[in-house]
Amino acid sequence: MINERNLPILATLLVFIMLYGFGMYEYKGFRDTLVFSNLLTDNAFLIITAIGMTFVILSGGIDLSVGSMIAFIGVLMAYLISNTGMHPLFAIGIALVVGVAFGAIMGVIIAFFEIQAFIVTLAGMFLFRGLAYLINLDAVPIDHPFITGLYDIYVPLPGRGGLTFIAMAMLVLLALGILIARRTRFGMSVYALGGDSHSAALLGVPVKKTIIKIYALSGFYSAMSGVIFAIYTGSAYPLAAVGVELDAIAAVVIGGTLLTGGVGYVFGTFLGGMIQGIIQTLITFDGSLNSWWTKLAVGGLLLFFILLQKGIVYWVKKRSAA
Amino acid sequence: MKKNNFLHKHQKTLAPLLSLVLIILITASVTPGFLSIRMVDGHLFGSLLDILHRATPTALVALGMAVVIGTRGIDLSVGAVIAISGAVTAVLTVNTDWPVWVVILCALGTGMLCGLWNGILVSVFNIQPIVATLILMVAGRGIAQMITEGQIVTFHSDVLDAIGNGYFLAFPIRVWIAIGMIALTVLVMRKTALGLFIEAVGANVRASRLVGIEARLLVLSAYVFSGLCAAMSGIILAADIRGADANNAGLWLELDAILAVVLAGASLAGGRIYLLLTIVGVLIIQTLTTAILTSGLPVQYNLVVKATIILAVLLVQSPKTRQWISDFFTKKKRAANSSTGKADTGKGSEKP
Amino acid sequence: MSDLVKDALEVKETSAVKETVEAAQSAVRPLLEIKHLSKSFTGVQALNDVSLQIQQGEIRALLGENGAGKSTLIKVLTGVYPRDSGEILLDGSLISASDSGHAQRLGISTVYQEVNLIPTMSVMENLTLQHQEKTFGLISWKKAEIRARELLAQVGLDIDPLRQLDTYSIAIQQLVAIARALSTQAKMLILDEPTASLDSDEIKQLFDLMARLKSEGLGIIFVTHFLDQVYSITDSITVLRNGECIGTFKTAELSRSDLVSHMVGKSLEDLAPTAHDHSIKRERTELLQLNNVGKQRYLQPLDLNIAAGEIVGVAGLLGSGRTELCELAYGSVKPDQGEVTLSNHSLTKSSLRRAIQVGMGYCPEDRKQDGIVAELSVRENMILALQASKGWWSPISIAEQQKLVEEMIQRLAIKTPDMDKPIGELSGGNQQKVILARWLITHPALLILDEPTRGIDIGAHHEIIQIIKELCEQGMGLLVASSELEELVMFAHRVVVMKDHHKVSELHGNEVSEQAILRTIAS
Repeated sequence: MINERNLPILATLLVFIMLYGFGMYEYKGFRDTLVFSNLLTDNAFLIITAIGMTFVILSGGIDLSVGSMIAFIGVLMAYLISNTGMHPLFAIGIALVVGVAFGAIMGVIIAFFEIQAFIVTLAGMFLFRGLAYLINLDAVPIDHPFITGLYDIYVPLPGRGGLTFIAMAMLVLLALGILIARRTRFGMSVYALGGDSHSAALLGVPVKKTIIKIYALSGFYSAMSGVIFAIYTGSAYPLAAVGVELDAIAAVVIGGTLLTGGVGYVFGTFLGGMIQGIIQTLITFDGSLNSWWTKLAVGGLLLFFILLQKGIVYWVKKRSAA
Repeated sequence: MKKNNFLHKHQKTLAPLLSLVLIILITASVTPGFLSIRMVDGHLFGSLLDILHRATPTALVALGMAVVIGTRGIDLSVGAVIAISGAVTAVLTVNTDWPVWVVILCALGTGMLCGLWNGILVSVFNIQPIVATLILMVAGRGIAQMITEGQIVTFHSDVLDAIGNGYFLAFPIRVWIAIGMIALTVLVMRKTALGLFIEAVGANVRASRLVGIEARLLVLSAYVFSGLCAAMSGIILAADIRGADANNAGLWLELDAILAVVLAGASLAGGRIYLLLTIVGVLIIQTLTTAILTSGLPVQYNLVVKATIILAVLLVQSPKTRQWISDFFTKKKRAANSSTGKADTGKGSEKP
Repeated sequence: MSDLVKDALEVKETSAVKETVEAAQSAVRPLLEIKHLSKSFTGVQALNDVSLQIQQGEIRALLGENGAGKSTLIKVLTGVYPRDSGEILLDGSLISASDSGHAQRLGISTVYQEVNLIPTMSVMENLTLQHQEKTFGLISWKKAEIRARELLAQVGLDIDPLRQLDTYSIAIQQLVAIARALSTQAKMLILDEPTASLDSDEIKQLFDLMARLKSEGLGIIFVTHFLDQVYSITDSITVLRNGECIGTFKTAELSRSDLVSHMVGKSLEDLAPTAHDHSIKRERTELLQLNNVGKQRYLQPLDLNIAAGEIVGVAGLLGSGRTELCELAYGSVKPDQGEVTLSNHSLTKSSLRRAIQVGMGYCPEDRKQDGIVAELSVRENMILALQASKGWWSPISIAEQQKLVEEMIQRLAIKTPDMDKPIGELSGGNQQKVILARWLITHPALLILDEPTRGIDIGAHHEIIQIIKELCEQGMGLLVASSELEELVMFAHRVVVMKDHHKVSELHGNEVSEQAILRTIAS
C-alpha cells in the first residue's frame, strides 16, 4: 500500500510523532495524558470543521464559509435557547438543519451555475457573518443547565487527563467522517470527482448531486463545530472563529490531502489539526516564544506539504512518461 | 439591433457606473447633506470626500488584484502584505534614523519581495494561485508580528502623517497618490502592449504561447505588481493610524478587492482587465459601507448587503445563466421564425 | 468531381449495401439497431439520418475522418448528447439513455481513448465505483476485492487490485477500463480508439480479449484509424462521412482502396489525373529545412525542404502524424533529434518568438483551443503575433493597428461589424481568416497551416484557398496539412504523405493527384 501518493500522510504522521516526541523529551509536563486530552478538547472545533473541509478539498473544491458558519450557528443557538426558551437539544437540531441547508444552497449554486466554489463560499462567508451580526452584536453566555450538564460527562484516563464530552463528540464525528469517506458510495464519489471529474461523470458518478451533498456535509460539520464551540466557550459571539477557514484548510493540507483533490484521508486531517495544536502547546510550554510563531510554523508546514505534493506529482509524471 | 448598438457595446461599462450613481442618489435622498461638500481651510470636506479618503487603500489593492485576476490568478495574501509593509514602515521609522523616503522604499521593496515569492510559487512551481498565495496569507501576519515583535508599534513622522491624513490642492494626499498610481498603471497597461499580453495569457495561455508570448515572466510580474500595490496600501494604512497593527491592518481587504474586480465585470477565469471599472467597484463598496453607516441602518447590515450583491452579480455573470436565458429566447425566436424557415446563422460549430 | 456525381455515387453505394445487409439480417433480430438517427449542433448537422444494425458476436469497425460524426454517434448512443430524431433499439426494445451511467445499466458500455478511470484511485475502487456491494449500509471492501479479482480474471489480467491505477501502464489501464465496462452485464461494448497509445504486444492482448468477448456473444463497436487493425479483427465496417452513413460493408469483401475512397469521399476510378500545374516557375530559394527531425513516440525522423513560393501539402488519415509534423516544423513541440532551419537561421532550440521574428507563422488545427483568444477583439487577436515579436515595450500605436487591421479586413473580406468585436462572436470561417491575418501582418517567409478549412462554410472555404494561392504567388512558402485531398491537389506543388507517424512518400509535380495520394495511404 505504500506508494508515492501516501507519502504526504506518512510525512504527517512523522511530523506528528516528532513534534510530540520533542515535547515529551523537552518538557516533563508534556508526558502527562493531560496534554493529549487537552489537545483533543481544545482543537475539537477546528478538527470537526476540518473534517468537513476534507471532503470539499478531496472533491477539488474549497469552502471559505466555515468560520462564519461557526459564529452564526453559535449565535443562532444562543438566541433560540435564551430568547425563545427552547430546549437546547431542539435549538441544536434547528441550528444543524440551518447549517446543512445553507451548505446545500451553496452547493446548488456551485453545481448548477458552475461558479467557482471559491467565490461562492466567499459570499457565504460574508453572509453568515452578517447574519450572525443581525441576530446579536455582543457576546452572550449560554448557561442553560442542559449545556452546563454536558461538562460533567467525563471519562478519566490514566494520568491526569480525561476525555471531555467535547473530545468524545469530536472523536465520534471523526469516526463518522472516516466511515463516510471510505465506506459509502458518496465517499467514493467524492474521491472520484477530485481524481478526475470528467471521467467520474462517464463512470456514472452523479456529479451535481455529489457536489451539493459535499457542501451540505461541510455545512453540517461546520454547524456541528459551531455547536461544539458554543459549548466549549459557554458563550456565543458573532466575531468568533474569524480565520478558522484558513486553519481548517491548513489542517487538511498538513494532513496529507492533495489540494488538487482525489487523494487524502480524513484521519490525516485529524493529525493535521492536532499538529497545529501541538505547535501551539509547545510555544506555550516554551514561554519565551510569541504566539505569532504558530502562524509562521503553520505557514512553513503548509509550504512544505504543498511542495512535497508538487514534487510527487512531478515525479509521477516523469516516471510515467519514461 | 442597430439602435441598441451603443448600449450593447457599453453595457458592461455602464452597469457598474449606473450602480454607483444609483447608490449615491438613493443614499442622498435618505441622508440629507450626503452630497454637500464644504471648503474648510482650503480642504474639501463632506461624505463624498470621506468615501474617497477611505477607499484609497482598497483601491490600490484592487488595482493589483485586477491585474493578477487578468492572468487567471488570484492573490489572497494582500492583507498579510499590508500588515508586513506597515510593520516595516513603523519599525524602521522608530528604530533607525534613515530618511523617510528610504523607509518607504524599503516597505515597498518588502511588498514586491512578497509578490515575487507568490509569483515564483505560481509561475515557476505551477502551484494553483489560491493555494500558493494562501501560504503567505497564513504566515504573513506572523511575519508582520515578528517584525513588530508582537507590539503595536506607534511612530511619528511628518511625511508619513501627511501621507495618512494630509491635504494637497484641497484633496487628501493619499487620494492623489492613488490617482497617480492608477493613472500610471493605466498608462503602462494601455500605452505598452503589457495589458494586451496579460489579457491574452489569462484568456488563452495555449494560443498566447503559439504566438510567442512568454507567460511565465508576465505572471510573475503581475504578482510583484500586486505586492507593490499592497505595500503602498499598507504604508497609507500605517500612516493613517500612526502605527502598525500586525493583527488587524488590512484584515479582509483582499475580499473587498476581489469583490471590486468582480463588480467591474471581470471574470475570475481571466481574460479582461478593467482597471478604471475596478476603481468604480471599490467606490461602490465604500459608498455602500458609508451609506449604511450614515443612513442610520445598523452596521451589521453591511456584510449581508455585500454578500447579497456578490451573489447577485455572480449569478447574473454566470455563463450558465446567460445560456439559459439565451436558450429561452432562441426557443421563442425559433417558434416565431419557424414559419419563415429562416436559417440559423449560429456562431460556427459548438461541436467538441 | 462535381457534387452531383458524388451524390449519385453515394446513393448507389448505400442502396446496394442496404439490400445485402437487410437480406442477411432478416433472419436474426439485431442486437443493436439504430434507425434514422439525427443530431445537430447550432448550425452544424453532426449526424444526418444514420441507420445501422449490429448482431450478437459481431465486431463492427466505425470509421471516418475527423468531423465525420463518429464521436457524436457514440455520445448519442450513450446518452451524453440527446438526439434530435430517430430510434435506438437494443435487443429489440426501444432505449433512450439519459447519461452514460444509465446507458451502462441498459447494457451499452464504452471505453474511451483517454482512459476514463480515476487515476488516483485503486484498481479495485475503479472497477467497483458506484456498484460496490454493501453490508449493513456500508461498502464491503472484502466483497469488492473479490468482485474486482473476478472482473480482472475475465479480461485475463493478473494484477494487484489494491494498487493505485496510475501505477500501471496505459495498456493495463485500458484493459481495466474494459473489465469495468463488462461488469454491468454489457451487451454492447463500444471501444473508442482504444489502441491509440498501445504498442503491438499490447494491441495483440486487446485483440485476443475482443475475440473472446465476441465468442461470448457480445456486440462490439470498434473505432480506430489504423486500417491494419480494422482488417485483422473486425467482421464488418460502417463508414461515416460528414454526419452521414456512407454504408456498411463486410470487412472481407471490401478492399483497402475502396475503404479509403469511402472515407474521404472519392473513388479511385472516378479520379482523372488532375490537370493542375504543380511545378514552380521561379528559381528555388530554400526556406524551411527539416533535417532528420523527429521525436520519440511522436514522429519518426524525416527530412523536408520548402522553398520560397512553394506549397507543400501534408496528407494522411487522421492520426497519421499530420499535426505532429506541423508542430515540430513550427517549434511549438521541440524535436529530440534533427535540425530545423529557416532561411539559414537555426531554430532547433530557439524560442517561438525568435522563430516568428525570422519569419515563421502557424495556424493551428484546433482554432478554439490554440488559435483565437475568444475574449479579445478582432483587432487585438490580429496584431497579437506581430506585437509579441516586437515585445511589450514597443507597442504598435492604435492608429497603426487600425490601419493594419482595416487593410486585412478588406483584403481577406472578413465579415465583422467592427474590429473591436470579440472574436469569439464571429463565425468559424471569419475566425480562421483573422488568425490567417494575424500571421500575414507579420510578413512571414513561411506559413504553416494545419487544416485551414476545417469547420468553415463553403464560401469561406473557397476564399481561403484563393488566399493560399495568392500568398504563394507572392513568394511565401507554405506547409499545409489537410484531410481534404481535393483541396491539397488544387494548390500543392508537392505532397508529403504520412502514415502511422511516418513520412511514407513524397509526391512531386505531376505525381500529385488524389488518386496517387489515396493509393499511397491505402498501400
